[in-house]
Amino acid sequence: MNLIVCVKQVIDPEAPPASFQIDATSNKVIPPSGVSAVISPFDENAVEAALRIKDARGGKITVISLGINLLREVVKKPLSMGADELILLEDEAFADGDSHSTAYALAMAIKKIGDYDLIFCGRQASDWDAGQIGSGIAEILGLPGVTLAKKVDSTDGQAKVERITADGYEVVEVPLPAVITVSNELGEPRYPTIKGIMAAKKIEPVIWKPADIGVASSRVGAAGRRTKLLKLFPPVQESKCDLISGESPEEAGVNLALKLREAKLF
Amino acid sequence: MTEYKGVMVYAEVTDGKLAAITVELLGCGRKLADELGEELMATLIGRTVSNLAPEAITFGADKVYTVEDQLLEDYQTDAYLPVMARLTGEVMPQIILLGQTEIGRDLAPRLAFRLETAATLDCVDLAIDMESKWLRQTKPVYGGNARAVFLTESRPQVATVRAKAMSPPERNTARKGEVIPFTAGLEPAAIRTRVLEKVPQAVAEIRLEDAEVIVSGGRGIGNAEGFQQLAKLAGLFKGAVGASRPAIDNGWVPDVSQVGLTGKIVTPELYIAIALSGASQHMAGCSGSKNIIAINKSPEANIFREARFGVVGDWEKVLPAFTDKVRELLTE
Ligand SMILES: Cc1cc2nc3c(=O)[nH]c(=O)nc-3n(C[C@H](O)[C@H](O)[C@H](O)COP(=O)(O)OP(=O)(O)OC[C@H]3O[C@@H](n4cnc5c(N)ncnc54)[C@H](O)[C@@H]3O)c2cc1C
Repeated sequence: MNLIVCVKQVIDPEAPPASFQIDATSNKVIPPSGVSAVISPFDENAVEAALRIKDARGGKITVISLGINLLREVVKKPLSMGADELILLEDEAFADGDSHSTAYALAMAIKKIGDYDLIFCGRQASDWDAGQIGSGIAEILGLPGVTLAKKVDSTDGQAKVERITADGYEVVEVPLPAVITVSNELGEPRYPTIKGIMAAKKIEPVIWKPADIGVASSRVGAAGRRTKLLKLFPPVQESKCDLISGESPEEAGVNLALKLREAKLF
Repeated sequence: MTEYKGVMVYAEVTDGKLAAITVELLGCGRKLADELGEELMATLIGRTVSNLAPEAITFGADKVYTVEDQLLEDYQTDAYLPVMARLTGEVMPQIILLGQTEIGRDLAPRLAFRLETAATLDCVDLAIDMESKWLRQTKPVYGGNARAVFLTESRPQVATVRAKAMSPPERNTARKGEVIPFTAGLEPAAIRTRVLEKVPQAVAEIRLEDAEVIVSGGRGIGNAEGFQQLAKLAGLFKGAVGASRPAIDNGWVPDVSQVGLTGKIVTPELYIAIALSGASQHMAGCSGSKNIIAINKSPEANIFREARFGVVGDWEKVLPAFTDKVRELLTE
């Protein structure tokens, strides 16, 4: 099985909300100091989904990441988890894209790889929360897709996917090649092993520029956008918390009940 | 040359009725259509859905397209996408609105890519830019830490809208509208996927989305047994139990209990958040609650920035006493 996983490097989404800052003139997020970059969490779930298939059925996992200033220790994490190859679409021309220009570049890179059975993406990246890359790649390559997967298995040219729905899940069968977007319900991604980390050190990422995947710079990154970002701003925070105390935690609990009653909340 | 004109709502159906999000979309679509001085259209797709067309009209639609076919029984990308692409290609609405549901999330981006335009998902505000007439699409980004306003400068402009972000319109039974059947024209062979089974995950009697009171727990609850204490409190209020993502990932509660950006969006009267930190991605699902109450042992927890009342303390000590007092006050 040839498995491809698309991953994105992002600012750690678990950083405390209080550390979050926006530069209003450039409409950009100011990376908080001391907060590291990570692979977007759902993309790690996507890597895990591919690894489980590799464990069960064998195969090769190629990871693709698009961006600029990609930190090797970050984008190599999927390799240390057990993926085999890493391709970086790393060029200024790829920067500041939207879902459209990014999906286009990734699809063209996948086309260049040529031989694939399953393409995995996270359901959405934790920075822009756009949630469109997997669908876009499927559409551009003319492939069937299943979104919001919590379990994926594959045999005999088919994949069986458990897809999350509002009140549970559905089991969907899809012929290969196909695109699957993965959600956290799949379960925790595995930790890199020492052996994996050593192996990852030896793998040199392959770097592709727009010309390598046969696309004009005007079709990718900021130049290829179809959506325009007008404004980026912090949401308003209204609430002021009234902290209820007591001699003991139990008494604080009692006082909280009294307070809610007094405020007619129940 | 025909022009792109009007606003189209993809009218999602649940349990044989217009979904709550559909009614919200019709309300918001009506306003946008009025601002543009154009029509509001609704599209119903399924095996039997045309009975719901009059309902869509009472909520504001001028025209309702109904597409019925047995191949449309279940939502599948390969079945619904070509229908929507052909219909919108013929009707040429300038705006297409869908709900941010498991259908909208899947259909909207594929449709936009197929129509060579772009989509913005999970919008919480939509308005017509009075000068340019483009749709200003506001959506939370960075897990709710920021909001972004986008324009799609190509038509149709596709957007999905978050549940409960728009208020539902009043029903107006005097409204008149036109119902237009549209043939699906589907080839069975073109549908590459197959739904083998639908597996509902049973939760308590009250759905999270409908509950007036939600007692929600996070990582700090520590195990499934802990959640039974939350269920006790929820029971007193006839409410429901929710959870943050770690509680789901650890299997302490069913998947369907997740509140947040990628879980349920809830707006109860009372949201009691226990041993959860209030990460922006969690707050994305509950910040519309009327009153948030927090119990957390860390005074630094973000949840206190959004709560109205709170207790700093160990939930294992605070909650039983709180629950007992609530029970006492309720029986008074
Ligand atoms: C793209 C993306 C989407 C996401 N979507 C969602 C989503 O939809 N929903 C969601 O919930 N999360 C989501 N997350 C995860 C989110 O970022 C947080 O990781 C998660 O919400 C944290 O859950 P928590 O508050 O339970 O855990 P933590 O942040 O670990 O907080 C635990 C809290 O419990 C308190 N605590 C511990 N023990 C006790 C005790 N004995 N008594 C009292 N308090 C105690 C601690 O002080 C702490 O504040 C998403 C993340 C990403 C990146």
